[in-house]
Amino acid sequence: MTAANKPTLREMVEDFLFREAELLDDWRLDDWVSLFTEDGRYVVPTTDLPDGDPTRDLVFIDDDITRLRARAVRLNSRHAHREYPWSRTRRFISNVRVEETGEGELSVTSNVLVYRFRNGEGAPYVGSIHYILRRRAGSDDGGDLRIAYRRAVLDQEALSWHGAVSIIF
Amino acid sequence: MANVNLELEPTLWDTGDFMEIKDLIVDDRQRGIFRVHRSSMTSMDLFQQERELIFNRCWIYLGHDSEVENPGDYRRRTIAGRPLFFARGKDGQVRVFLNTCPHRGALICRRDEGNAEVLQCFYHAWSFNTDGELIGVPGEEAYGPYFDRSELSLKEPPRVENYRGFIFVSFNPHVEDLVTYLADARDYLDLIVDQSEQGMRVVAGSNKYNMKANWKLLVENSLDGYHLVPTHQTYLDYITSLGTGDNAQPAGNAAPYRHADRGAADRIRPPMANRVPGAARALGNGHCVIESAARHGRPIAHWHPLFGEDAREPIARVRQRLVEKYGEERAYRMANTSRNLIIYPNLVINDIMAITIRYFEPLAPDNMEVTAWHLVPREESDAMLATRLDSFLTFLGPGGFATPDDVEALESCQIGFRATETEWSDISRGMLRPAQTVDELQMRGFWRQWHANMQGLSKTNVQDGPVAEAGIAVASGTDD
Ligand code: FES
Ligand SMILES: [Fe+2]
Repeated sequence: MTAANKPTLREMVEDFLFREAELLDDWRLDDWVSLFTEDGRYVVPTTDLPDGDPTRDLVFIDDDITRLRARAVRLNSRHAHREYPWSRTRRFISNVRVEETGEGELSVTSNVLVYRFRNGEGAPYVGSIHYILRRRAGSDDGGDLRIAYRRAVLDQEALSWHGAVSIIF
Repeated sequence: MANVNLELEPTLWDTGDFMEIKDLIVDDRQRGIFRVHRSSMTSMDLFQQERELIFNRCWIYLGHDSEVENPGDYRRRTIAGRPLFFARGKDGQVRVFLNTCPHRGALICRRDEGNAEVLQCFYHAWSFNTDGELIGVPGEEAYGPYFDRSELSLKEPPRVENYRGFIFVSFNPHVEDLVTYLADARDYLDLIVDQSEQGMRVVAGSNKYNMKANWKLLVENSLDGYHLVPTHQTYLDYITSLGTGDNAQPAGNAAPYRHADRGAADRIRPPMANRVPGAARALGNGHCVIESAARHGRPIAHWHPLFGEDAREPIARVRQRLVEKYGEERAYRMANTSRNLIIYPNLVINDIMAITIRYFEPLAPDNMEVTAWHLVPREESDAMLATRLDSFLTFLGPGGFATPDDVEALESCQIGFRATETEWSDISRGMLRPAQTVDELQMRGFWRQWHANMQGLSKTNVQDGPVAEAGIAVASGTDD
């Protein structure tokens, strides 16, 4: 591969995020969960406290890998009533910023817009997602990236449209 | 009519008579039948009457005094349709103000929370101190001699009272005092507040979400033991996979949580259907409660594998302290029973896997804004607080494993109400037996008070049972 064709770090990360978005829009949740490291964490703070710390403050979601797997099991069942049948979603990822933080870790921030349609209604979730992605030592391609931390922050003042965070935001 | 051409003359449709309020509820205590006419949850006319007859007359929850910890702290709220804010003054007193400038109307407080010594209206820059006094009027010399600043203080609601940290307001100057209004619900607030040595506080961060449903559906849902197993099966299965109660496996040893795959045959698995039935009670003035032995952990004093091994010791110590202070029986109620309480009309306090305060503000017959807060003891260690927060999240909140399905259930009912030919909802369950949490006595208690209020009466004496009884706790449980 020539230097000119070699993807930049940002392109590599974008490919990873696009793939993640595709898994979520296709409701391939088990595949999505497998993107996480065993010590991975998924956090969604409340709308009134975007800087909320789950150890101190109330947040919407603070999943370790056990609860994250359970979340996927739940959403795959036919008893997560808010998402049965599944809503249609379409994610738009942009403004991707990547920073190498050493020890094979990347700090990544993206803007995200997720349209959700169900039951005759449609509205967006709008916000940004901060990731800590981990590369396997010595690797330089995006296929080896894993999510160690994923913090999705909503810009809405309240969940007035959706009433819940029933999808993975 | 004799001379008109009947073929051209438009005639009025026969729409029948409009329903009278007294007919909106069927309460047949002999036959054990209780029905609510669904127009009570769809009609704009009734919605406006509720504003007048309920929300302008009752005590309505405003906030918790721990939300304004320091002098100058303020919080903004919308309560019974009115913009309000409350602030702690220099003297340590919490005061509540109507959030509108006495000059020409602008909002004084334009942030949800903050701290200020002086509140200045941005429109023409009148300024007020945290006691609500008008302390600055730019160009005051333009006003005549009868312009009196003291008549232009920020206005307070006619009544404000604080019961052990819970602040209520009423827009009815003649309302009975708060303690009388709370009736037997007071003891249930005590059961929560007494759990702490240093008092309770509201954690930062709140759940704010709308449900496109009538607010009374959330009253019903908040006290509905009947829906737990069918609606929240995924939650119960998850908890079961971790083990339940004191004999449960530590989380690591538990069988993995599985659920019927999408597309697989629907399996009805009521893992806890046969557990303690608990009790439902009407507490007077429309307040109601269901309580039962906890089927899940309670961070106050009932360990669960979800909390982790490290939490066992501190939880046992708290329980010991409660026994020493309050005796085994009351300590058992505090620690080992869960309670869902409605303070009429629109406050729910759940003391379950976490303590939540849930306020709902009706916006339209088919829309409400819900705000939920998490109440914790002040003295708890960082580790126990983290455990508590985690306990909240699995079940509760718009990102939890249960609340989204309640939102779905309520919105589903509200859409169902558009099929107006099905006129009645049935709330008869358990009417002819000592009421359990899976019965609907607590909803009938609420609806009877609603029905009385809507007819201009301040309260009802009607209880379940073939004969009206004056006493309050007519239903008795089996577990406490
Ligand atoms: S409206 Fe507030 S100063 Fe004029
Ligand atoms: Fe529920």
